[in-house]
Amino acid sequence: MSTNLQAHTENHVHRDDIGARLGMWLFLFTELILFGGMFIVYSVYRFTHQQEFHLAAQELNTIIGTFNTIILLTSSLTMAASIVAIQRSKRSLSIFFQMLTILLALFFMVNKYFEWTAKFHHGIYPGSETLLNENAGQILFFGLYYVMTGLHALHVIVGIIMIAVMMRFTSRGIVKHDNYVKLENTGLYWHLVDIIWIFLFPLFYLIT
Amino acid sequence: MAGDAAVIETNGHEPSYLDYKGKHSGILGWLLSTDHKRIGILYLVGILTFFMTGAALGFLMRLELISPGETIVSAQTYNKFFTLHGVIMVFLFIIPGIPAIFGNFFLPILIGAKDVAFPRLNLFSWYLYLTGGILALLSIVMPGGPADTGWTFYIPYSVRTDTNVIFSLFAAFILGFSSILTGLNFVTTVHRLKAPGMGWFKMPLSVWSFYATAWVQVLATPIIGITLLLVGIERVLHVGIFDPALGGDPVLYQHLFWIYSHPAVYIMILPAMGIVSEIIPVFAHRTIFGYKFIAFSSIAIALFGSLVWAHHMFTAGMSDTGQFIFSLLTMLVAIPSAIKVFNWIATLYKGSIELATPMLYILAFIFLFSIGGLTGVMSGVLAIDMQVHDTSFIVGHFHYVMFGGTGFAFFAALHYWMPKMFGRMYNRKFAKVAFWFIFTGFNFLYFPMLVMGWLGMPRRYYDYLPQFHPYHLISTIGSWIVITGLILMFYNLFKSLKSGPVVTEKNIWGGETLEWQIDTPPTHENFSEIPVITERPYMYKDNELTLKKEETV
Repeated sequence: MSTNLQAHTENHVHRDDIGARLGMWLFLFTELILFGGMFIVYSVYRFTHQQEFHLAAQELNTIIGTFNTIILLTSSLTMAASIVAIQRSKRSLSIFFQMLTILLALFFMVNKYFEWTAKFHHGIYPGSETLLNENAGQILFFGLYYVMTGLHALHVIVGIIMIAVMMRFTSRGIVKHDNYVKLENTGLYWHLVDIIWIFLFPLFYLIT
Repeated sequence: MAGDAAVIETNGHEPSYLDYKGKHSGILGWLLSTDHKRIGILYLVGILTFFMTGAALGFLMRLELISPGETIVSAQTYNKFFTLHGVIMVFLFIIPGIPAIFGNFFLPILIGAKDVAFPRLNLFSWYLYLTGGILALLSIVMPGGPADTGWTFYIPYSVRTDTNVIFSLFAAFILGFSSILTGLNFVTTVHRLKAPGMGWFKMPLSVWSFYATAWVQVLATPIIGITLLLVGIERVLHVGIFDPALGGDPVLYQHLFWIYSHPAVYIMILPAMGIVSEIIPVFAHRTIFGYKFIAFSSIAIALFGSLVWAHHMFTAGMSDTGQFIFSLLTMLVAIPSAIKVFNWIATLYKGSIELATPMLYILAFIFLFSIGGLTGVMSGVLAIDMQVHDTSFIVGHFHYVMFGGTGFAFFAALHYWMPKMFGRMYNRKFAKVAFWFIFTGFNFLYFPMLVMGWLGMPRRYYDYLPQFHPYHLISTIGSWIVITGLILMFYNLFKSLKSGPVVTEKNIWGGETLEWQIDTPPTHENFSEIPVITERPYMYKDNELTLKKEETV
């Protein structure tokens, strides 16, 4: 009951860190299930069109994919580092790590941009003539590729905005060594973005 | 429940949440308020508006069906009517209905908290609700007109039709987001803000229901979000994920749609069951029978209900094993539902039953829900489903559960809690008259649907063979009686807000949950001091003692 009492007394200043974290985890569940729906669609079509998926995946650039995986994993590390820094009252170090995370995320997006535009040049995009002449498996593979990585990229953009807001909060002292749950929740969100990618990468790039 | 009455009484001079002056005044004081009670009222206004729109559409559909052939609208318009009726009633009335209005208003009070865990998020989800509602209505006036696909948006038609499917899809998507945020808020609130001393088994049963519902909202809604998004993408970009012309599988769409939309049925009915468990002990003046069974059956319904979606698709093509498993699981859901009904009946046994308006609605709920539930078990049987699939038998079954169940519980909650919310009492005699209109009309309206569906009347047709005419005629007359009842009911309730007798009494009905120990209407902070809970809800000790004495004699 002591935790409940704490939650109540702190309710006046609207602060309940455990509650905030619980809420964030629930939100992450919904995100996982959102992508889970896509993964179900993927696995069904992967099962029914094995050969075509195998061939279509060869069109993707594994090197850029690997590179992007490394970038995202590193950005998760810098995100975690920024939280550790703020816990130890090192405000400017924390801001530095947050900025590094944003830079890495932007780097990821630039790679993504080149990857997509290269595909567009080859005439591979949803509804294109080249693609419509291919078999159903190819259409499905690239349809899923664009939708899933696109949805993931959207999450990266949201993440960038969230971290940027956190940088401002940190510099204004709203996020500080004894009140950093906002930054922590942003970190949780960022790790989710990372984890989704960890699953997208092998499913699209490494199944050749 | 033993809240500290002495402490609460010193609070008598504080203004109620209706008169409370915060940062903003006037209309902004409502639109920007993060007070869970004011947000509850905002939802009440929105949801009732949409309910009346949906009811009007239903009324027009019944009018079209009064005689064979084209009566008042064309086939195309009729298609748009039933789609809008479905989208509005499902996504804008019955899913948010009880949790968003009464959950928001009473959940924090019932567990002895001053607000929900995330008040600002709560207001945000109301704005999402409003946006979704406006999008749904916009589709009517935009060129192309509202969607004509039915509320299920089945592919491939939803990709081919020229109507404004995108608007309805995004409306449903945004409403889903609103629903998720409300669920997330309630789960956190129940975990973090229960008053000291309130263990899980001292929570009122409606809190258990809201809690189970909230979990289903959080875990099931994202699937419909992504699925509807994919249909939208399919329409605009032709990615081929569901479109059979491009290699996609429309049956896969149906699976994904029902993975959410079946649990959604439990999002609709679980809070209603919570309301029933809340009201029955008050008007039977008895302890609830089988508290733990009712509490756990809510969780069981939430669990089993998530695993039965494919029973909507027995005729769509599925393996025999799949059909068998889903049919079996479907029938298993009947067990926790029946447990609840038996416990409610057992609570009534030897109680001193007071037939106030809320109680009338609740008794009607048990009767109508039993018909709805049993026809549901029938439809879950494979052989019968082949016969009644896509007939008005299913429409009848669904309305018995949803309108006869959730709708009636919603009306019960209105009559039970509105005096508390606004501090005004409605005309009780008038309310009973309205009830009898609605209840009688309801059975005239929907029972013929069960019969003619069994005889082969397909659903969603604006025309029919002459042999179905008598049933349709009775059904349409029933719809007039229901509409009359609804008008009487709303007239009575709205009139009470203006000129009904003022209620200041804390405990109007003799309830033993926390909301009856605070001011009427509640103050801004609900409790001047957080109560300490020492007993279970619904004890009714005096009554139980006399009952025991009678038994020993």
